[in-house]
Order: sequence, then structure tokens, then C-alpha cells
Amino acid sequence: MPGRRRLPLAWIGVVPFFVYATAFLLLPSGIVLVGAFKSDKGSFTLKNMSQVIHTPEYIHAFRTSIELSLVTAVGGGILGLLLAYAAARAGTPRFIRPILTTFSGVAANFAGVPLAFAFIATIGNLGIVTKFLKDDLGLDIYQHGFNLFSFTGVAIVYLYFQIPLMILVIAPAIDGLRAEWREASSNLGASSFQYWRHVGFPVLLPSVLGATILLFGNSFAAYATASQLTGSVVNLVPIIIGQNIGGDVLSNPHLSEALAFGMIVVIAVSMVLYALVQRRASRWMR
Amino acid sequence: MRLRISLSSAIWLLLGAVYFVVPLVGTLLFSLQSGRNSSYSLSAYGTVLHDHTFWTTLRLSLELSLETIAISLALLVPTAYWVHLKLPRLKPYVEFMTILPFVVPPIILVVGLLRFYNGTVHAPIWYLEKPYYFLVSAYVILAFPYVYRSLDAGFRAIDIHTLTEASQSLGASWRTTMLRVIVPNIRTAALGGAFLTLAIVMGEFTIASLAAFFTFPTYIAQINSEKVYEASSLSLISFGITWVAMLGLLLVGRGSRNRTQLAGGR
Repeated sequence: MPGRRRLPLAWIGVVPFFVYATAFLLLPSGIVLVGAFKSDKGSFTLKNMSQVIHTPEYIHAFRTSIELSLVTAVGGGILGLLLAYAAARAGTPRFIRPILTTFSGVAANFAGVPLAFAFIATIGNLGIVTKFLKDDLGLDIYQHGFNLFSFTGVAIVYLYFQIPLMILVIAPAIDGLRAEWREASSNLGASSFQYWRHVGFPVLLPSVLGATILLFGNSFAAYATASQLTGSVVNLVPIIIGQNIGGDVLSNPHLSEALAFGMIVVIAVSMVLYALVQRRASRWMR
Repeated sequence: MRLRISLSSAIWLLLGAVYFVVPLVGTLLFSLQSGRNSSYSLSAYGTVLHDHTFWTTLRLSLELSLETIAISLALLVPTAYWVHLKLPRLKPYVEFMTILPFVVPPIILVVGLLRFYNGTVHAPIWYLEKPYYFLVSAYVILAFPYVYRSLDAGFRAIDIHTLTEASQSLGASWRTTMLRVIVPNIRTAALGGAFLTLAIVMGEFTIASLAAFFTFPTYIAQINSEKVYEASSLSLISFGITWVAMLGLLLVGRGSRNRTQLAGGR
């Protein structure tokens, strides 16, 4: 606006965004956080929290959720890193990389109900692979202790979106490993092991850690896939919260808010760790 | 020297391919077993395609996706533009707000929304009962991180100060500047965010099922517990929808790389 004095009203432009975020994100999450410390009559109490801490079922759920997230974050992290590196290495045919990246984009988003069912149709009790192994090879995996509706089963299914997420997140860091560094170290007489020990691994480490934390949060917050697979066989925190909303009678309506509070704390801690690690990782990224 | 693929790379990639392809092939074979005595047949697909509910829920989810995309773009494009242009100091706060949905996952967001709008405040019944209001209000929040990140990258890539000044010194109003100068320049970024949002909404189960709405994913879940062959054909159809969204994202992104290269020669 030429010639006119500018009034300090620029902030009005972002009001709709903050109003929306307040109405549909801040207030609803705030009510959950506050509700965790409220009694039925509305006064402040630590009773809900102590009930969560003193109920073995809930403690067990938190432990299972954290274990599942750790296992699938570390497993998915290692496997995703290996795949991303294998695709990016010199010598690997060029066409593999875009296929892997595109497929990862799809698979990382293909979670929930259909993913659970794809595994039920494949390695469920009556799945195609289960039946093939049993009828044609005489190997009944369900007799040998395998069960899709178990911790191991859920972990195997979660890897279907965890590995691709790792591939997507870690690819830029792998590209950041410049060919010159490798050449320089081999010109200086370093072995491949020495290159990885002193150059490659230290450069990649912060990114790998950061990505693994991201996978942890991704798995910890997941609900749909697990709800389709386990019902209540595997005791996870999101499943319990879901059952509480679903109408199961609750003696204390603030209990699910206390559980949700616990979830938010775990995720917030992992996000802070992520931010710290990310600061180091960005040093080597362009 | 001609490089050959190393043995370990080949083995890992092969194992990866097996892990990722087998469940899809398994689902396909499973869905084809629907004939009598498990003979091969396409009848599960026929049943699904003739199911009226399939089409109504698919349509509902598509409408919710489009509505979510429209609202999140209408909200975030001006915000991202304004923050880049006039209020760089507010950038960290906007960024924080758009990352927050990662800290408050859908399972908690739905608890909060129900508790707040159906208890603390008594929201109008149309808001609580119509998916077009309740679900979309939550889905826009879920789309925040993806749409904002995409737009942010788009705005970084162009010189909005120069564009805005040029447009205004030629006498354009704010509205014209926005619609004829800024929007065309971040079109690819906006489309990228839109395709991701499409993939998210078409697969969103947690909020829809817990708030008792009947969308495409909750329909699949219902079929899962009733008809196994139809369920596997639906799982594949859903996988196909995710593919379409991601291919759209890829095609849009390819265009943007060319454009940034063009802009780089400026």
C-alpha cells in the first residue's frame, strides 16, 4: 500500500490459523491433560495418576507399548538403513532407488485396517502362506509357537510401515555421505572398516538415532493396526484408551485421560530427544 | 571399471522385496479363493463392487478428503505466506503448532474432541453428528504437519518479497497478488500436501471409528469381521488408493524439480 502509513496490524493475518488450532487442537488436548488431574467433582486430584500407577494392567500396557515401539523402531531402523544403503550404493542398478522410495511412500502410509488384514490373509491361521507351509511343506507354524495375534505378530506387521518410514527419513543422510570422503580415506590408505569406523558411522549416527526416535513415536501412537489385529490380546495403551471410549464401563471417567497424559509424556520426551539429536544431524546435511 | 552390485546389497534387497511383496500377493490370492471349495474366482470383487455401502462410504471418504484439503489449504496458504512475508518472528510458533499433532496422536485427539465438545462445551448437534463437520475439523489438524511442511518448502523456494512488491507496484490488490501471483507459484507445494492429505484421510480409522462414523476404513473393518474374501479384496483396493495418492505426489514433485531448476537460472 504505497504512501500509506503501515499500522502494526500484520498479526491479524495469522489469527484464523491460531483460532483454528486453539479450537480443535489446543483446547481438546488441554482438556485431556487437565482432566487427568481432576476428580469427578472437578477438584484437583492425583488419584487418577496413582490409580494408573497402581493398576498392574495399565503398567503392563505401558511396558508392552514401549517394548513394542522399541523393538519395531530398532528393528525397522536397522533394516530400513540396510535397505536404503543397499539401494544407494555404487553398483546397485539405478532403477532400484526410485522404486524403493516410491514403494516406501506408499507402505509408510498404508497402515491400519487394510494392512492388518493383508497379514491376516497371508500368515493368519488360515492365511495363504500358513496353509502353503502346512499343506505342501508339512510345517504348521502355529504348532511351532508362531501366532500373528501376539506381540511378535504385531511387531512383524508394524515393521511393514516402520521400515519404509526409516528408508524415507534416512535417505537424505545417506546421500550426505559424499563419495569424496570415501576416496580421500582410501587415498590415505584407510580400509573399508576404518572408513566406516572413523567417517561413515560417526556422520550417520545422529541421523540414524533421530530417525529411530521418530519410528518409536510412530509406533507408540499407532492404534488402528493393533486394534484390528489383537482386540485385547496384546495389551497396548492406545487399545485400552480406545476400549474406554468404545463404551466399556469405567469406574472413573478421568482414567483414560490419565492414560492419555502418560502417552503424551512419553511422546513429548521422545520429541525433545529427537530435536536435540536432529541439531547434531543437520551439521552434515545440505 | 564396471561396478557390480555387491552380494550383501543384493541379498538385503531381495529379502526386503520378499517381505514387502508376499503380504500383497497373499492378500490377492486370498481374495481370489472366493469360489466354491476355494476355487479361484473374482466373485469377492463382484460382491464388493455391487455393495451399495462400498460406494457410499468410498464417496463419503473422498468428500471428507476434498473438504479437508480445501480447508487446510485455505487456512495454511495465507498463514504460511503472511508468516514468511511479514511475521518471521512468529515462524517458530506456527511451526510448533503444526508439529503438535505428532505429539497428540489421533487416539488422544479424539478423546479430547469428544470430551471438550460433548461435555465441557455443548457443541451444536450438527457439529457432533455430521462427519462433514466433526471429522473434518479433526482431519485438518492431522493434515497440519504435512501440508505446512510442504508449503513451507514451497515458500522458501520462491522470493515472495520481490513477487509481492512487483505485483503491488503494478497496482494489484492483496487479493489479486494472492490469487494470481502467490498461489500459482506454490501450486506444486500445495498439490504435494493435498495428495498426502488424501492418503491420510482415505485411510483414517482411529478417529472415525471411535467417534462412531461410518467411513471407508470403518467399512473395511466391518467387512473384516464378517466376510473374509471381500475383506481381502477391499484391502487391496485400499492399497491401490494409497498408490494413486502417492503417484500423484511423485508426478507433482517431478514437475517442481524442473521448475526449481528453471528458477535457479534467474
